[in-house]
Amino acid sequence: MTDVKVRPYHASVWSEPLIHELGARGERGVILPSVEKEIQKAVGKADALIPKGMRRMTPPNLPEISQPQALRHWLRLSQMTLGMELEIDLGVGTCTMKYSPKVNEELSGMVAGIHPDQPEETMQGLLEVAWRFGDVYLREISGMDAFTFQPPGGSAGAFNNAVIMRKYHEETGELAQRDEIITTVFSHPCDAACPATAGFKVVTLYPDDETGYPSVEALKAAVSKHTAGIFVTNPEDTGIFNPNIDEWTRIVHEAGGLCAYDQANLNGVMGVTRARDAGFDMSFFNLHKTFGSPHGSSGPGSGAVGVTEELAKYLPIPVIVKRREKYHLEYDRPHSIGRVRDFLGNLQVVVRAYAWTVAMGADGIREAAEISMLNNQYLSEKMKEVPGVTKPYGGRRLDQVRWSLEKLKADTGCGINEVNKRVVDYGVQSYFTSHHPWIVAEPFTPEPCETYSKADIDYWVAVLKKVCEEAYADPEILKKAPHNSSIHTVDSAPFDDPKRWAMSWRAYRRKMK
Amino acid sequence: MAKKPHPYIPNSVPEVRAEMLRAVGAESTDQLYAEMIPERLLLKRRLNLPEAFPAEQDLKRHVSDILSKDRSTEDTLSFLGGGCWNHFIPQVCDEIARRGEFLTAYAGGYYSDLGRFQANWEFQSLICELVGMEVSGIPTYDWGSAAGNAVRMASRLKGRREIIVPAGMSPARLAVMTNFGNPTEMPGALKITKIAYDKETGSLDLKDLKRKISESTACVYFENPCYLGAIEDQGDEIAEIAHKAGAEVVVGVDPISLGVLSPPSDYGADIVCGELQPLGVHMTAGGGLAGFIASRDEERYVAEYPLRLISVTDTVEEGERGFGQAAYDRTSYMAREKAKDWVGTTTALHGIIAAVYLSLLGPQGMRDVGEAILQKSHYAAAKLSEIKGVAVRFPEFFTEFPLCIDATGKKVVQANKALLRKGIFGGKDISGEFPELGQSALTCVTEVHGKADIDRFAEELEAILR
Repeated sequence: MTDVKVRPYHASVWSEPLIHELGARGERGVILPSVEKEIQKAVGKADALIPKGMRRMTPPNLPEISQPQALRHWLRLSQMTLGMELEIDLGVGTCTMKYSPKVNEELSGMVAGIHPDQPEETMQGLLEVAWRFGDVYLREISGMDAFTFQPPGGSAGAFNNAVIMRKYHEETGELAQRDEIITTVFSHPCDAACPATAGFKVVTLYPDDETGYPSVEALKAAVSKHTAGIFVTNPEDTGIFNPNIDEWTRIVHEAGGLCAYDQANLNGVMGVTRARDAGFDMSFFNLHKTFGSPHGSSGPGSGAVGVTEELAKYLPIPVIVKRREKYHLEYDRPHSIGRVRDFLGNLQVVVRAYAWTVAMGADGIREAAEISMLNNQYLSEKMKEVPGVTKPYGGRRLDQVRWSLEKLKADTGCGINEVNKRVVDYGVQSYFTSHHPWIVAEPFTPEPCETYSKADIDYWVAVLKKVCEEAYADPEILKKAPHNSSIHTVDSAPFDDPKRWAMSWRAYRRKMK
Repeated sequence: MAKKPHPYIPNSVPEVRAEMLRAVGAESTDQLYAEMIPERLLLKRRLNLPEAFPAEQDLKRHVSDILSKDRSTEDTLSFLGGGCWNHFIPQVCDEIARRGEFLTAYAGGYYSDLGRFQANWEFQSLICELVGMEVSGIPTYDWGSAAGNAVRMASRLKGRREIIVPAGMSPARLAVMTNFGNPTEMPGALKITKIAYDKETGSLDLKDLKRKISESTACVYFENPCYLGAIEDQGDEIAEIAHKAGAEVVVGVDPISLGVLSPPSDYGADIVCGELQPLGVHMTAGGGLAGFIASRDEERYVAEYPLRLISVTDTVEEGERGFGQAAYDRTSYMAREKAKDWVGTTTALHGIIAAVYLSLLGPQGMRDVGEAILQKSHYAAAKLSEIKGVAVRFPEFFTEFPLCIDATGKKVVQANKALLRKGIFGGKDISGEFPELGQSALTCVTEVHGKADIDRFAEELEAILR
């Protein structure tokens, strides 16, 4: 291994009080726009304009704090947050922690003042960006025919697709019979939870011990006249690409079901393999992952949905259409599922994704995919130097690998939780363990997307190696970690104790008494 | 392979790429793909996409040339509301919203992201103070989704399947809720029943409510202020009727009204939901939305939340506080299809912005903004009512009202076209959504409007309708 020196780090420690503990009575952070005297004179006191029983008698117990002190508080909290931009965030797999170009923030800011119900002729630019992104770019990348950006997150995209599936079977008169969705355990939780919310029963397929993905036989045994469709992620969260995926879609189609593709793990296969070519009827992309829009501490995102021509009539309204060089919002679509969110979705996210995609172009997109995949091969190679780490299932992986610290745990008593508490001491974000259930014991899933340099990968592995070596040398270091964080080991017992949990200042004060 | 190394892809430098290929024992990336993906599924051509703009300046010009065609509420006087509202946004909100730490964080743990967890928790604290509840979570997508989750929570709590909603609720929110409700063929389907509203006041028709409520009713959902603008002042009576039938009371609110209007907890709400966009988030063509849910701190309510709930706790260090996720096992991240609905990437950043907003305004600021909205919207209503043939539909409203132009013989669509030529976005045409209100435009006035703006609107509208 190239000799990488792990540099010392310490997180900001502001010991910042809660906002409710700051300020003093009478302080204020901002003055609201004035109300002209003529208006006041004309309408009288505001209180008189409120129906009697509806006047607020006790002011809300909000903080009273001046502007510099309020700003300072929020800045300090931001400083105690290890955003992607500050560090090597490749540990957070399935999330594609890619760089969000700064210029795209400025461009998306151009639409900040638009009201979604403005006449469409006054937002032709925004509609053009959204239409082009779907009907030109995503159409080519996915092979799908029609798009919507209404789903405001990846899971919302999965829900949208479950509702389309529901509507499709409702219209064919088979919904009462077709009430089952098939998914795989290494597909994302939303691929099970969203169809369930939409009213379906969910059948989960488990992987073959050797290959890491469920067999064709397992699928065949699961499909029946009750099958409404499948919801699968591919490559799955193990990084393994199910090579029989086109046979899967054929089997499901033959059984009368539809096939929905969760493309949250698209990054390593953009421009390499396409949803449509594998036989899918619909898919969604996470624009806040693969297409460079920032994750926003967990949203706003966008779950851009693409469907085949046959299913286009079910898309939520309004649909952006282009006619005679003008862009329109089409509402009159009798087969539409209606809405999964108010208005048009998170179009600021679409603007950023469009800008990212245009900056990349066909060659850049392919390059990003290839480098993501290559980075993962390189990381896999480097991981051989880390003691206690094993790779369940054989073969190469695309964008990420589900690793295991089972051996480290057996050898040292330190598993993923202990290691995760310690890596933050070196200025590295705690890695993503794995979605549940944990089929792989002591799992963790780094995803070294194209953002990360070879030196970044070397450094990240060096941190992990150092921590695992510490586990063998002195496990207490890990067990008592973190040592260089903004805080120390938390008492997690209250999180599941109704008497002690507190989700607000009110509850906290009451329970502290 | 791209000709030049791309600035977003460090390892696109040919020498580095070659070195890494050597390190992994491969000739090419094509060879690697061929080991993982069957040949028949590989795309054997270059994507057919328009010309790329890898240079930042070129990209900026390309995108801004397209977007600069747009008009917005920044250059056009707007009276649009109806679920997305034009409000004053303190600069500090924008400053925090742009902080790279919050903007680019995601799923880190509470040791590396203490600040994010505290900010999430403080959002919960502040919204709870505003609505008079003790539990809230990281916000969901929008008011419609929050309402959808809230009625499903009520349904599970009660083991009942009927949801009562006002006929005057936002049609878009109702559409979202309907999709959360499932069609009748599905075993867990919710039945959504509409209650009429009073055509004079916009309030819920209590007689109709009493007629339709039953022992199958899981909850009565209503909005305050309602979509059509009116302040619902029968909250106590609605809650009494609902509770008598053993149903939950779910209230959807515009939280910017709560410095001056009673919090829903005062009139019997069991679950509160609503829209956070008014609290410091730019409208962004509707991209600024974020829905919240709040309730009392009772285990049975907490157990039904789909959202991530952040709790405060102690650390091993005396006097130090930490944060983490409460009752996490109920979420779809743990329980998949057995979870309470689903949780995913929602609108955490908008929640943080709303927290910043509420901390800046404080109790006095929330009172001031509420009063300014009331006074300005009522001034506008009075002024517009002076126009011949124009009437304001409901007398008691907060920030918006249906402005009916039936008596002028004109249509809203025509009036709005003419207003646009004068540089004004008129209120939303609701003649399609609510034909019973005739030719009406849902007209919204907030604290951002000055007297001169309102007067100009009235003058132009009068000239157009003359």
